[in-house]
Amino acid sequence: MEAMAIEVHNLTKRFGAVQAVQDVSFTVPAGSIFGLLGPNGSGKSTTIRMLCGLLRPTAGSGRVLGLDIISQAEQVKARIGYMSQKFSLYEDLTVFENLRFFGSVYGLTNRELDLRCRELAARMKLEGRENQLVGTLSGGWKQRVALASAFVHQPRLLILDEPTAGVDPVSRRIFWELLNVLIAEGVTILVTTHYMDEAENCHLVALMEGGRLYAFGPPERLMAEEGLPTLEDVFVRMATRGGQPFA
Amino acid sequence: MLRRLLAIIKKEFIQIRRDPPSLVMVFVMPVMMLLFFGYAVNMDVDHIPLAVWDQDQSQFSRLLTENFVQTRYFDLSYRVQSSREVKALLDGGRVRAALVIPPGYARALRRGEIATAQLVVDGSDPLVARTALSMAELTSRYKSQEMRLAVVDAEGVPVPAGPGVDIRARAWYNPGLESTKFNIPGLIGLIMQNITVMLTAFALVRERERGTLEQLMVTPIRGIELMAGKLVPYILIALVDVGLALGIGVFWFKVPVVGSIFLLLGLTFLFLIFALGLGMFFSTIARTQLQAMQMTMLFILPSVLLSGFIFPRASMPLVIQYLGNLIPLTYFLDILRGIMLKGVGIEYLWDDVLPLAVFGVAIITLASWRFRKRVE
Repeated sequence: MEAMAIEVHNLTKRFGAVQAVQDVSFTVPAGSIFGLLGPNGSGKSTTIRMLCGLLRPTAGSGRVLGLDIISQAEQVKARIGYMSQKFSLYEDLTVFENLRFFGSVYGLTNRELDLRCRELAARMKLEGRENQLVGTLSGGWKQRVALASAFVHQPRLLILDEPTAGVDPVSRRIFWELLNVLIAEGVTILVTTHYMDEAENCHLVALMEGGRLYAFGPPERLMAEEGLPTLEDVFVRMATRGGQPFA
Repeated sequence: MLRRLLAIIKKEFIQIRRDPPSLVMVFVMPVMMLLFFGYAVNMDVDHIPLAVWDQDQSQFSRLLTENFVQTRYFDLSYRVQSSREVKALLDGGRVRAALVIPPGYARALRRGEIATAQLVVDGSDPLVARTALSMAELTSRYKSQEMRLAVVDAEGVPVPAGPGVDIRARAWYNPGLESTKFNIPGLIGLIMQNITVMLTAFALVRERERGTLEQLMVTPIRGIELMAGKLVPYILIALVDVGLALGIGVFWFKVPVVGSIFLLLGLTFLFLIFALGLGMFFSTIARTQLQAMQMTMLFILPSVLLSGFIFPRASMPLVIQYLGNLIPLTYFLDILRGIMLKGVGIEYLWDDVLPLAVFGVAIITLASWRFRKRVE
């Protein structure tokens, strides 16, 4: 297995005249949880979309699980799991129908699907509602179904775009417990979030603002370097200072 | 590849099954439209309500009234005694025509003079008016001839035989000139077009609206698989609808399929490709299902009016006829009517098949191109 789950160098994306992401470089070792922080419109989602092979970078390069994000975008897609903030599930399908659908899209056979669905139901705490329509579930449940769908093909890297936005605190806690179990199994996780308490749970965080990366490193180190007690303070100082981007 | 395709097809069917509006659109709408249009879009005017103001009250005047009713184009609804009543009935729309027989009608006939009677017609509906007028014309001509023959009989004087023209008209393919025979094949085409375009347009827009398209994009699924997986269910549904519409047309409305049913199905499939492509194209432009709906409506209206579905294209101004040439339904209606009513083979249909194929290929190419662009 690759030592580095994600490596990007000078990743840049322009939409016409808009500089969405500018010279972003970072590396994420396999088996760690990496939090990408930043306000809306800071370029987090664009960065993620480039990593998933959805967008082609204007400049720069990147490797995900050892695969080139430009030339091997299709292989990248097959090997990562992605969960968007909208929990993009089919609401008119049941929990299992969703899992089976995404599973077969990733090429699982029927027998594998049966096995995987039962396993995921247990792991993601979905038991008892396997045959309920997703549209009738609460936010926390939907979130776990979405995680299960993203994990149905056992990817080594999970990319989660604001997975806890608008979910109640109890469900958030359960969700993070699930993530920690996955981390313990060696899965790498990239997560974007607005919640600073979540960010402090990460092994590595990066702060993005205006398409640039302003800080990158373990949360404790960032706080120590700035001499601030919380990551939030670090974040606020970075954002208001508009100082030197992290390179 | 095949597994991914099947996964999408299966998912699509589950979604259709769980969505009552879709089910209504698929199974109820075609039946409803056929029945509505089959009965309502009936250009055969008969049973026109008629008022009679018989001021003569003679045997002859009663006979004239009877002649009108016997044509079955008129129903004797009112007998009135004044012009005021005639006006009131016509104004109120209670009758569409009024027969006024003046006093002295019978006397004039007995004297061998020309007797006059008046038919007042409500001209606000030209179709009804035209029918009423031509029936009145026919009735009077028939009566005149009958009377002349009666004179010959009575007096034994032969009518001088002179030169004349005798045109014997025959209506082929639809001898009874029933408008259902014209309408039903057209309806089958229209229903298929509308349902297919709408369903396909919705299918993809729904994925975008709900954010599931983005989720699909990060999976290994390819654009072509997604597109095919979306189209296959709607092809099957459209074929079921064609069967349904044909069944109702043939067994309920007794519209025959004179030509080859296989040719009919084959060319229907060709038209389906166009309709699917158009739906797909709309779905790449529309952001919401509402927009997709509006686009479909915007397309349906001209295709109803200009394709010759109801109104004969031959009587349209040239510019409008050219516009009609840009609507694929126009060609498909020719094909449907040609095969169902005339029983012609493909050798007579190339003029329609070729443009239809061109439209189909063009829209599918355009839709795939737009689709790929959207996806990237």
